Amino acid sequence: MNFPRRLGPSGAGRSRASPGGSRAGQGTGMIWEVFRQEREGQPFQHGGSLEAPNLVFAEAYAREFYGRRDESFALWIVPREAVKEVREPYVAEVFDRDYRRVDGYSLKVKLKEARERAGTSRAG
Amino acid sequence: MNAQALLELADDELVLGWRDSEWTGIAPFLEEDVAFSSIAQTEIGHARAWYELAAKELGTDADALAFDRDPAEYLCAPFVELRLVHDWAQTIARHWLYESADAIRIDALKSSDDPDIAGLAEKVDREEVYHRMHAAMWEERLRGEPAFQKAVDDLWPSAAALLPPDQRATLATIVGKDVPSNRLLLAHERGQHSDDFRPLWEEMTMVRRSVPGASW
Amino acid sequence: MYGYPNDRLVMDEAEFEAYVQGGGQVEAGDPMPDDYRKALVKFIEMHGNSELMGVLPEREWILRAPTLQRKLALTSKVQDEVGHAQLIYRVVEDLGKPREACLDDLVAGKTKFHNVFHYPTKTWGDVGVIAWLVDAAAIISQKALLKCSYAPYARIMKKICWEESFHILHGRDVILTMMNGTEEQRELVQEALDRWWGPLMQFHGNPIPAADDPMYRWRIKSQANEEARQQFLDGYVPQIRELGLTVPDPQLEKRKDGVWEYSEPDWDELKWVVTGHGPETERRLGFRQASREETAWVRRAVLADAA
Repeated sequence: MNFPRRLGPSGAGRSRASPGGSRAGQGTGMIWEVFRQEREGQPFQHGGSLEAPNLVFAEAYAREFYGRRDESFALWIVPREAVKEVREPYVAEVFDRDYRRVDGYSLKVKLKEARERAGTSRAG
Repeated sequence: MNAQALLELADDELVLGWRDSEWTGIAPFLEEDVAFSSIAQTEIGHARAWYELAAKELGTDADALAFDRDPAEYLCAPFVELRLVHDWAQTIARHWLYESADAIRIDALKSSDDPDIAGLAEKVDREEVYHRMHAAMWEERLRGEPAFQKAVDDLWPSAAALLPPDQRATLATIVGKDVPSNRLLLAHERGQHSDDFRPLWEEMTMVRRSVPGASW
Repeated sequence: MYGYPNDRLVMDEAEFEAYVQGGGQVEAGDPMPDDYRKALVKFIEMHGNSELMGVLPEREWILRAPTLQRKLALTSKVQDEVGHAQLIYRVVEDLGKPREACLDDLVAGKTKFHNVFHYPTKTWGDVGVIAWLVDAAAIISQKALLKCSYAPYARIMKKICWEESFHILHGRDVILTMMNGTEEQRELVQEALDRWWGPLMQFHGNPIPAADDPMYRWRIKSQANEEARQQFLDGYVPQIRELGLTVPDPQLEKRKDGVWEYSEPDWDELKWVVTGHGPETERRLGFRQASREETAWVRRAVLADAA
């Protein structure tokens, strides 16, 4: 899930959009992100975004857009500014950290040795 | 409660739902368009439910009641007939006044001796919660707007006339107004139609009347 | 070059093209060629405009619907289309063009919308034909967009396609009821079909070789115009004929190799219409603009000091 950058002076340089920017409608409403739970117990997934002046309106509209067909079990409504997008979240890519991966462990040889010592190794 | 009273309720919901559906596609902004359209649909859905109850008593069906009567036979109040489209202030004023009024009469119906009526009133009331939230949301946002205040003032006598006389004082308290004089109410009482009703009826029934008796 | 030094996603235009052709996805905040962004905005904006303008012919019939169920179903359908316009314009806004700017350009005639929404609706027969066949033609294109390289658009297409499935059922139900009804009702359907067939055949656009079209190179579109039209004919001509209706094209015929032959659509008419000269274009754009003006105070009052 990627959120569009806020543009203008506050944005960090990667914007490409036109000078009008993607900031919610230039003096119109706020943008709210809606996350929805498809079924009970499921993770909340991003459903979409909508424009509304405040949380009361945002909730009314979120119910309409993501609930009028009874298609969502629950919703989270979040102002866009509250969401921090992190691209390429992997923090340490230089040194190998195989201790964090399944393939970083090789037990076959040690297990064979341990079984032989205990006299429990299988007949060949 | 007799069929006549059921028809008053059903006709009110049908005509208001028809009026509210005039905003589908042209509401002030897209998000609101979707929300307001749901309200119109719910009103029509409620009308259908009341018609179905009346239809059982009258030996007909809901569509015949909704579409096949002559204009004079409809029992809706002038309040819901008014053509307000393109004026959002008036539309929301009516929405807020109507929801306030309707809450009172639905509440009374929940205690009806007739289990069908009480049961339906209970169901309708649950769905109306969302309408009331929506109306309150907009009333709060627009109450500082002169156009909205004027609309509420202009529509108030008509709104009061929607309810039977014994429920009007309650409504007046809720919306912060005085019960209008009988002289003022006279023009808005149920039993007559506003000038806006005939064109509405013509448009509402034109396809239906084009091939009488057909299934659509 | 797009992107910054030390940025893993630095790509020139050729690399970007290879990236999307290989299935690479692009998100709103990603660097992208200016031409790609412009092509996206133009394409997606036209889709939003079409949903919004498509509402106008249909909403008249909401008021005239002849049963309570039809009134509910048609209101719901039109409501969905308004909802689609909302989803689509949000995507355009996140690409840099605000909704109000899109609406300004639409009513000024600077941007386009699909040909079918420039024509009048005359009877309840039109209501059925539009929901059944025009929506079917649109859904074919929309399903192809599920694979769009621009991920935010592909994602909303999923919701849009799901909601459109209800519309086709409604359309089919309206048509079947009329076809099983009176002779007069059957004539309404045939007459509507006669009027809509031309615009339907033009709907998917004239055939363009994929190699010449940047929309394909960038995987914004992934289906050729002719392929979409053939899919439409394959799916719907049998449905039309099995009801006893006649397709008003004597040359329409499926060859042994499975390809449909048909009278050459009027491409001049298509161009003339989409450039703003359709029978209803001016009136509908005028109506749109009038509605906006009448409600501008609401947007100022409600959205301007958002808090």
